[in-house]
Amino acid sequence: MNFEYLGYYNYLVFAILLMIGFYAVISKGNLIKKLVGLSIFQSAVFLMYISMGKVEGGTAPILQKGVVDQVYSNPLPQVLILTAIVVGVATLSLGLAIVVRIKERYGTIEERELLDAD
Amino acid sequence: MMTIIFGLFLLSLLVIVAVAIVKTKNLFIAAMLLSIFSLLMASNFFILDAADVALTEAAVGAGVTTVIFLSALRLTSQYERGTLASTRWLAILVVVVTTIILMLGTFDSQRLGDPDAPVHVHVAPYYIENTQELMGFPNVVTAVLSSFRGYDTLGEVFVVFVAAIGVMFILDARKGTGPEYALPEEKGLKHHLIPRAVGGLLIPFIILFGFYVQFHGEYGPGGGFQAGAIVATAFILYALLEGERTALRAFPRSAQTALIVGGASLYGAVGVVCILKGGTFLDYSVLLEDPVTARQVGIITIELGVGMAVCGALLSIFHSFAARQPTGRIE
Repeated sequence: MNFEYLGYYNYLVFAILLMIGFYAVISKGNLIKKLVGLSIFQSAVFLMYISMGKVEGGTAPILQKGVVDQVYSNPLPQVLILTAIVVGVATLSLGLAIVVRIKERYGTIEERELLDAD
Repeated sequence: MMTIIFGLFLLSLLVIVAVAIVKTKNLFIAAMLLSIFSLLMASNFFILDAADVALTEAAVGAGVTTVIFLSALRLTSQYERGTLASTRWLAILVVVVTTIILMLGTFDSQRLGDPDAPVHVHVAPYYIENTQELMGFPNVVTAVLSSFRGYDTLGEVFVVFVAAIGVMFILDARKGTGPEYALPEEKGLKHHLIPRAVGGLLIPFIILFGFYVQFHGEYGPGGGFQAGAIVATAFILYALLEGERTALRAFPRSAQTALIVGGASLYGAVGVVCILKGGTFLDYSVLLEDPVTARQVGIITIELGVGMAVCGALLSIFHSFAARQPTGRIE
C-alpha cells in the first residue's frame, strides 16, 4: 500500500471541519448555532497546528533521561494551541453572554426575527 | 501502522460528529455532541504527540465548555428554526468551492510528520536542546509556555481575565435588589441520591488531581491552564449537585474575583520583581543566586498565577450564567 497520500489526511479533515464550521456560521439563523459553528471552526485550526507539530517517529516533547537519539515532536505549536483553547472558552462565554442578553431584550435569538423586531 | 489506522478512524469520526452537530435542530443535542467532538479532538491531539494539549482539550472542551453551553441554553431556547432554502444552497455553494480550494492548497504543504518541514527547523530544536540545561526539568512544553515565550502566556492570561470581567459586566447587572431578584431557591440534585453520593465522593479527588497537574506540570503533562480548569470543574460539579446558593456560600463571588485578579497580578508581579532585581521583564534567572533554581522558582510561581486566574475566571463565568433566571417564554 502507498501511504504517501495518507500523510495529507489530517489536512483534508482540517479543510472539511473548517468549512463545516463556516457553513454553520453563514447559513444558520440561530445565534447559538453560529457560536457552535465558530467553535468547530476554531477546533479545526487547532487540529491543523497540532498536525504541523508532529514529527515522524517522534514522541511527546517531555525529555527522557538516559535516552539518546529520541525524536521529539515540535513543542511550539502545542504551546500556542494550549493557551488558545483556554482563551477560546473564555471568548465563547463572552459571546454566549451577549446572546443571553439579546434573548432577554428581544425575546428571540433568531437572526431574521431580530431584524424584523428592529 | 496501528496508530495511523486509529488516527484515520478518529478523524473520520470527527467529521461525522461535526456534520451531526450542524444538522440537528435541538440545541441541547448540539451541545452534547460538541462535548463528544472535543473528546475525539483530545484523542487526536494525543495521537499527534500533544499530551499537554490533549489534557487541556479534555478538561476545557469536553468539560467546562459543555456546562457553560447548557447553562446558556437554559436562558435562551432549546430549538432553532430552519434556514431558508435559498440561503442554504448559496452557503453550500460557497463552502464547497472554498473546501476544494483549501484541499488543493493542502497538497503543496509538507506531508504529516516530515522532519524537514520549515516549522521544525527554526526555533524548536533550540527549545528541545536547551530546556534541560537552562530549566532543569524535562517538560519542554511547560518551559516554552512559561519561560521562552512567557510574554505570550502573560497576554493570554490577561485575555482570559478581560473575558471573565466582560461576562460579569454583561450578565451580573440586575434591575433591582428586592427579594424577587435574590438568588433562587435551592435546586441542585438534592433529591437524586445516586448522583449526589457519587459526585460528592469524586469532588475531593478531582481537586487533588488538579493540584497534582498544577505542581507536576514541569515533569509530566500539565501546568496552570489544565489545573485551573480541573479545579474549576470540581467546584462546578459541587454547584450542580448542591444548588447555586450553597456553592456560592462555600466559594463566594468575591473570592472568585480575588482569584482572577490575584492570579493575573502574581504573574505580572514576578516580571516586575525581575526588573527590580536588575534583569529584564520575566527573566527569572536573576531571582536567586543559582540561575537554574531561580528559573524553576519563577516558573512555579507564574504557573500558580495562571492556575489561579484560569480557575477563578471559569468559575465566575459559570456562576454568572447559573445565577441568572430565565425571563419570558423558553421554547
